[in-house]
Formats: sequence, structure tokens, C-alpha cells
Amino acid sequence: MAREQWGSRIGVILAVAGSAVGLGNFLRFPGQAAQNGGGAFLLPYFISLLVLGVPLCWAEWTMGRFGGVRGFNSAPGIYSVIWRNPISKYFGSLAILIPLVIYMYYVVIEAWCLGYAYHYLTGSLMKGEGAEAYQSFFNNFVGTQADGHLLSAGGRQLLLFLAITFILNFVLIYRGVSKGIESFCKVAMPIMVVCALCVLVRVLTLGTPDADKPDQSVLGGLGFMWNPKLEKLKDPQTWLAASGQIFFSMSVGFGIIVNYSSYLRRNDDVVLSGLTSASMNEFFEVCLGGLITLPAAFIFLGLSAGGFGTFGLGFNALPNVFAAMPAGQLFGFLWFFMLFLAAITSSLSMLQPVIAFFEEAFDLKRHASATFLGLLSLFGVGFVIYFSKDMLALDTFDFWVGTTLIFMLAMIQAVLYGWIFGIKRGHVEAHYGAHIRIPWFVQLMLKYVAPIYLLVIFVMFCINNVPSYARTILANPVALGSILFILGIMAFLLILIYIAGKRWEAQGRYLNLNNDESAFPVLPQEDSR
Amino acid sequence: MNDLNPAGWTVMILSVGSVLTLVTYCLCRVLALPPVEVEEHLKAPLDIDTRDTEDAD
Repeated sequence: MAREQWGSRIGVILAVAGSAVGLGNFLRFPGQAAQNGGGAFLLPYFISLLVLGVPLCWAEWTMGRFGGVRGFNSAPGIYSVIWRNPISKYFGSLAILIPLVIYMYYVVIEAWCLGYAYHYLTGSLMKGEGAEAYQSFFNNFVGTQADGHLLSAGGRQLLLFLAITFILNFVLIYRGVSKGIESFCKVAMPIMVVCALCVLVRVLTLGTPDADKPDQSVLGGLGFMWNPKLEKLKDPQTWLAASGQIFFSMSVGFGIIVNYSSYLRRNDDVVLSGLTSASMNEFFEVCLGGLITLPAAFIFLGLSAGGFGTFGLGFNALPNVFAAMPAGQLFGFLWFFMLFLAAITSSLSMLQPVIAFFEEAFDLKRHASATFLGLLSLFGVGFVIYFSKDMLALDTFDFWVGTTLIFMLAMIQAVLYGWIFGIKRGHVEAHYGAHIRIPWFVQLMLKYVAPIYLLVIFVMFCINNVPSYARTILANPVALGSILFILGIMAFLLILIYIAGKRWEAQGRYLNLNNDESAFPVLPQEDSR
Repeated sequence: MNDLNPAGWTVMILSVGSVLTLVTYCLCRVLALPPVEVEEHLKAPLDIDTRDTEDAD
């Protein structure tokens, strides 16, 4: 089978940026900033970006291309190349489990966005002012009242949007890396920018819509988001939240960048490309998310805008805002359509690492691997859709896989790069075909600072969150069932990786690696670093 | 609640400005590069047909 490759330099950058840009950029980031010191939040945020985000991205890009050039596109294979140890491939199971399980609930959220965009297009979401109507619509639409609600007579409308979203994802993934993912991202990313800029201009020109509430103006909204509360910098929670936001926003530790960069050629740049995709993600997050979401919500809802969670802000608060805003129906459609595109570029990136593993491990053709992955993910989507009460299954998947396991995989990858692959080797490898240089101290940070930083964040995160989620598992059968579901998928993947390892041995793919002199690359005229 | 104060303006302009500068710099660098195929050709040995092997059997 011919090796898949990206069609162009900008294509892979847009694909990686599209993978990172999602609902978190527009909904999670502003909420985190407002709750953790407003403008003061940006200081730990940018420090985390420089210490953790960009270096880890470069490490993933480098390891992915290194494995890809040696014939592996899936994490188990790439880890085997980097660490010649029989157990290394099993660590790769996390890099398949994480995107697979996240896809199972993320595609449902994607369908919410499509559904909201459709309802704005038809005008049926313009319900006038009053939070109750939008809360009620959301609850019915996503089925929070009861398990099985989305399969009952009154709650099935989400299923249609889910079917469209699910099929669109698989059509694109079936077309492959270049013709599917890259082509779609090349169109979707510019459209997202245009949609977001339209909404941004609308929000920044709102003035003071209600003369009776002079505080609720554009400047008041921007002040709510950006005025720094410096005392918050003394609170460790602010630093934890900022690091967590950078970490989740940039798709570090998802197993996605390693997979995407494995389709690069030997001399394709990873340094400038990695920095460009990271900066594009920051553009969506800081320049668009930071200027649109919370200021808009504040202008119409006042201080209560800061009390919404991610979904509350996106699907309850903002519909209230669009209802009160001139031409709100149009801007509501643009907003949710943009979120839909942002979500789909992310969900595609969750499918590719898994399909790459199935094809690489069992020499499956694309139709077979896509069918198998489709059935497997449909099983999980069905679980999330059926157990929709209070979104408990979704929340459990998100916490244990979409948050906790991501921390663990990021730590594994940081150790793999810094201590096993080696920073000297990584430094040389990263600079093959590079158009800018990585300063040497970044490698030292990757070896010594990033793993410790990640560990500290992880421990603090566990102390703050794990006890309450653990209690939920013990108290609620749906939460327990969700955990058992995840464990079942994990066991299944470990078995597949075991079989894949045996097949790779039998095919002699590891023998080729042992004869690979370029495994320890040294650039000509390059110093020993 | 206060309007955007001078400290808020400063943080906002610095944050948005630095991100815009970075993304503009990166995109300009990327878009100014030759296409991958051209670049590969520039790095590769010259592909000159010397016709040395024409009479080889």
C-alpha cells in the first residue's frame, strides 16, 4: 500500500491547527479567564504556552515524522521505533484510546452545533428574551431529562443531525489524509475565520444596547474579560487553570500530532510548521474567543455571564445574546456554523490515528478499516446518546479520558522524548528541513521542566477533581457503566496491539529498524547538540 | 462593574497584538517558501540525463 502523505505545507499546518481549534477556544478559554483573574490569567497562560505548549508540540511533531519516515503512522508503531522495547507499543494504546473515546462524545456535541446552526437558519431558535426558553430547548435537544430521551418520540431530532455529522466525518476520513482531511481543512479554516470576524465586528459595534443598563456596554464586556485582578496570581488555582487550558487547547497529549506529522516527508519542516499551527490556535483562542464570547454575553446578561460553564455559555447564554442582538438570527447561524466547522476539523483528527492503526496493524484496506472504526465508534456514540440524563456518560468519558488520560499520555510523551529519544537526537532530528531553529534551552526544558511541570499540574488536578468523580462512579450505575465501557475498549485495544506487534515481528519490520543507521541522525556540519 | 481600564487595555492590546504578530510572522514565512516539490528539487542532486546508459544492455 502506498504511503499516505500531505499534499502541501500549508495543508498540514491547517490540519493540525484545525485539530486544535475547537469549542474550547471559543467557550472554555473565556470562561477560564473570567473565573481566574481576567487579564491576569494571561500571564500564566502565556508562560505555559512557552514552557509547555510549544515545546511539547515540537516534540510530538519531531517524534511523529521520525516514526513516519520509518514506516509507522500509528502511535504503537512510532513508540516502538523510538523506544526499542517490547512494552513501548502498549503505551501507544493510550494514543488510540483517547481520540477514539473522545470522538464518541465529541461527535454528539458536533451534532448539537449543527442542530443549533440549522435552527438559527430557519429562525426556530429566535425565541425572544428569557433564559427559560433556551434552557428548555437545550435540555430537550440534548436529552438531559432522562436516559433514552433522545430515542423517544419527542426527542429524536438530534439523531438526524448526528447521522449527518457522523456520515460527513467518515466520508472525509475515507477519502484519506490529503484528499479528505487536508482538502476539508483548507476550506473550513478560512470560512471559520470569516464567520468569527463577522461575529466579532457585530459584538464590538453593539455599543450600549440597553440605555437602562449603562454598565452593560462593549467596554464593560471587554473590561469583564480583560481587566486584570492581580491578586489572583497568588492563587495556585489560576496557574493550574492556565496550564490546563494551554494543554487542552493545543491538542498536546491526544496522540493526534504524532499521527498527523507521521505523514510528512523526511525533509519536511516541523519547526516552523509546528509554531505556525500553534500560533493559529492562539489566534482563534485569544483574538477571537477572548474578544467575542464573554464580552457578548456580558453586554446582554451582565455579571451572570461569568457563572456559566462551557456548555452553558455556548448553548444557553449565547442564544439569549443572539435573541437580543440586532440581526441576531444571522449572527447566531454564523456562530454555530463556525463552531460546527471547528468541531469537525477536530473530530477528523480523532479518527485518523485510529484508522491508521487498524490499517497498519492488519493491512486493512480503507473501506474495511473505515467500516470497522465506524461500527466501533457507533457503539460508543450509542452509549452516550442513550445515557443522556444530565449528560453523565458524556461527562464521565470527558473527565477520565478527555482530561485525565490526556495528562498521562502527555507525560509519557514528554519522558519518551526527553529521556528515551534523547534531546540531542531530538534537536538534530527536528532540524532536518527546518526553516527556523529551536533554541537549545527549549530541549532542556523538554527534558527537565516539562515532565515535572506536567506532573505537578496532574497531581493538583487529581487532588481537586478525582475524589468527587470517584464518588460519582460508586454512587451512579451509569458512571460505573461508562468506566467499564472505557476499560473494555482499552482491553480490546491492548489485544489488538499485541497481535499487531506479532505481525510486525513476523513481517520483519523491526529488523529493518535495527539496521537503520539514520536512527541516530547527525547532520553534517552540525555541532554535537 | 468597571469599563475596560488602562491595565485591561494594556493586557488586551499586548495579548492580541503579540498573538497577531506571531501568527502573521509564521504565515508570511510559510507562504513565502517555495512549494514542497520545488524545494525538494532544489535540495536533490541535479537530475541531468547524461545518456550514459543508452547503449547499455
